[in-house]
Amino acid sequence: MGSIKRISKELTELTESPPEGIMVELADESNVYEWRVKMDGPEGSPFHNGKFLVKLSLPTEYPFKPPTVSFATKIYHPNVTNDEKGSMCLGMLRADEWKPSSKIAAVLQFARQLLAEPMPDDAVEGRIAEQYKNDRTRYEEVAREWTRKYAC
Amino acid sequence: MDSDDEFMSDVSSQDDFLGTQGSDDESLGEDFDDLDAGFSDDKDLIKHKKKPYEVEYKVLDPHDIDHEQLGQVNEVCAILGLPPESVAILLRFGRWNKEKLIESYMEHPEETLEEAGLGSNFEGTAKTEIVPGFMCDICCEDGDNLETYAMRCGHRYCVDCYRHYLGQKIKEEGEAGRIQCPGDGCNRIVDYKSLDLLVTKELQGRYRELLTRTYVDDKENLKWCPAPNCQYAIDCGVKTRDLRRIVPTVRCFCKHEFCFGCSLSDHQPAPCTLVKMWLQKCEDDSETANWISANTKECTKCNSTIEKNGGCNHMTCRKCKYEFCWMCMGLWSEHGTSWYNCNRYEEKSGADARSAQAKSRSSLERYLHYYNRYANHEQSAKLDKDLYLKTEKKMTSLQSQSGLSWIEVQFLDTASQALQQCRQTLKWTYAFAFYLARNNLTEIFEDNQKDLEMAVESLSEMFEKPVADLAGLKVDILDKTAYCNKRRVILLSDTAENLKNGEWSFNIEW
Repeated sequence: MGSIKRISKELTELTESPPEGIMVELADESNVYEWRVKMDGPEGSPFHNGKFLVKLSLPTEYPFKPPTVSFATKIYHPNVTNDEKGSMCLGMLRADEWKPSSKIAAVLQFARQLLAEPMPDDAVEGRIAEQYKNDRTRYEEVAREWTRKYAC
Repeated sequence: MDSDDEFMSDVSSQDDFLGTQGSDDESLGEDFDDLDAGFSDDKDLIKHKKKPYEVEYKVLDPHDIDHEQLGQVNEVCAILGLPPESVAILLRFGRWNKEKLIESYMEHPEETLEEAGLGSNFEGTAKTEIVPGFMCDICCEDGDNLETYAMRCGHRYCVDCYRHYLGQKIKEEGEAGRIQCPGDGCNRIVDYKSLDLLVTKELQGRYRELLTRTYVDDKENLKWCPAPNCQYAIDCGVKTRDLRRIVPTVRCFCKHEFCFGCSLSDHQPAPCTLVKMWLQKCEDDSETANWISANTKECTKCNSTIEKNGGCNHMTCRKCKYEFCWMCMGLWSEHGTSWYNCNRYEEKSGADARSAQAKSRSSLERYLHYYNRYANHEQSAKLDKDLYLKTEKKMTSLQSQSGLSWIEVQFLDTASQALQQCRQTLKWTYAFAFYLARNNLTEIFEDNQKDLEMAVESLSEMFEKPVADLAGLKVDILDKTAYCNKRRVILLSDTAENLKNGEWSFNIEW
C-alpha cells in the first residue's frame, strides 16, 4: 500500500504547520514509522509548563491500523499507564474505532486534549481515576509535582 | 405401540401449552407461518404427534437461514419502499424485530435511519468511478486512472484502499454487519451491494457467513447446534421464561441432541436451572465429599467407623457383625432379591439409620447418593459408547457367522442407541430427584426410575454377550429395546406433564 506516501505527507504537514503545543520529528531520519513528539502541557491543566516527550509508532499496516502513543516522560494521569511504557489506549487509538482516514494530527490533538480533560471512566490507572473524581485538589497537586519533577 | 397411543392423549394438552403463552407469542406464530410458507415440504416433519416432553422445532441449514433473512428483507422493502441493501442494515440494527422497526421508522424516519447508520439519501447505484483530480485521503495516491468508490455518504476513496479496509475488517476482526465507512467520524454502515462490488467472491462468502451468524444470535427462536463443525441451526418457539415448565430437547440433523434452552446436551427430565445448579454443585463438592464418603462410614448399628477395603457393597461390621449395604446403608438381608431398592433414597429410614451421625454427614450422604448414581450412568454411557463403536464390528461378524443380512443385524445398532439415550435420561433423573421434595409424586417418579433402570441394566447385560449368542438373542434384545424405550417415554412423559402443570415440589427455590 501507499503508506510511506501517506506518512510523508502527514509528516510534512505537521512540521510545516504544527498544531498548538505539538512538535514532531522522526526519531531516526531513516525510519518513518517511529516519531518523536514534544508536547506542551495544556494551559489550565496541572501539566502546564511541562514538556512531555511522546513516542508515536506507526504499524506497518498504517493507516489501516492505528498508531500507538506512549509517554516517555513520566506523567501522573488516569489514562496513561504508570510504568516504563507510559501507554495510552482509548478513543480513536483503539483498533475498532480507528478509521483509515483518521490523521496523526488528530491523534496528537486528542492526546493533548486528554491531558486537559482526563477520562476517568476509561482509566488504566484506577487509583488515579478515583482520586481525580473524589479529590481533585490532591490529584492536581500530585500531577503538578510530577510535572515539575519529570517534565521541566 | 399401546403405550404410544396412551400418550397421544397428551397431545391436546401440549397444544394448550403453546396456546396459553400470552400475547408475546404472537410473533412466534407468525414466524412459524413464514417458515411454513418457505419450506412447505418440511411440514410433515413437525406434524408428527408429539409426546408431552417433546417440543416443536425445525432444523435449518445455512441456505434456509439465508432464505429467511432474504424473505424478511423483501417483506420490509415492500412496506417501507427503501432499497433492499438499506433495509438489511435497518433490520440488523433492529435485531430483526420487524414490527418494532417499522413502527420506529414510521414515527421518526430520519432518527431511525441515522441511528442505524444510514443516511436519508437513497439515490444512485453502487459503482466505481474515475474522478478527475482526485487524491485518495487514505493512501494519498492520485493519478488519472485511479478507480474510486464512495457510498451514499459521499466519502470517496480509491478502490484499493476500500478493498483493503473491508478485507481487514472481515478477515481479521470478523466484523460484518457493523463495518462503517472508512471516513473519519462517518458512521454509515457498508451495505452488501458496495461490498459485493469491491471484494472477492471468497470474502463475500465469509461476509455472508458472519451475517448469518449474527442473525441466528439475534433471534430468540434460533440457536446454532453446539456440536463441533455442525452447520445447522434450530428454530424453536420455546422462550426463556418457559424453561421453568418445559425442557426443550431438540435433535439436529447431525444427530446431536441438545437442550434448546441452554445448549447443553439433552438433560431431560431435569429443567435447565436445576441442571446448572447441579453441575455447579458437582464441581464444588464432589471431590471432597467423595473422598470422605468413599473412605469412611459409620456402622449404622454400633457407630464404628468403617473403611471400605473391597469392591463389594455387602458390608459386615467387624465389631457387631451387622450386615448392611455400603451404598444405601440399609440392612443387607432386605437387599437379596430386590437390591434395586438401593436406587431410592429413604429419607426417613435413611435419617434414622444415620441418626447417630452428624447432620451435615446426612446431607452429604444424600447428595452423594444421587451423585454416585448420576456419575455411574454417565460412566456407563461412555462405556456403552465404546461398545457402540464395537457394534459395527459385531454386526459384520454376525453377518458372516450366522448368515444374517445387514438389515437383519440392525437391531444391535438400535439397541445400542436406546441404551445411550436411556442412560442419558437416567443420569439426569438423579440430578432431578436430588432437588425434589418427597411426596406421592416422587414415589411414582422413583418407581418409574427403578423400572427404567432395571430394563436398561438387563439390556446392557444382553448386549455384552458373545457375538455367537447374539443372533439367538435377537428377539429378546428387540423386546428389551422396545421395553426400555417405552419405560423412558413413560418416565419422561410423566415428569414433563407434572413440570408443565407445576405439580412438582422442590426442596429449594429456583
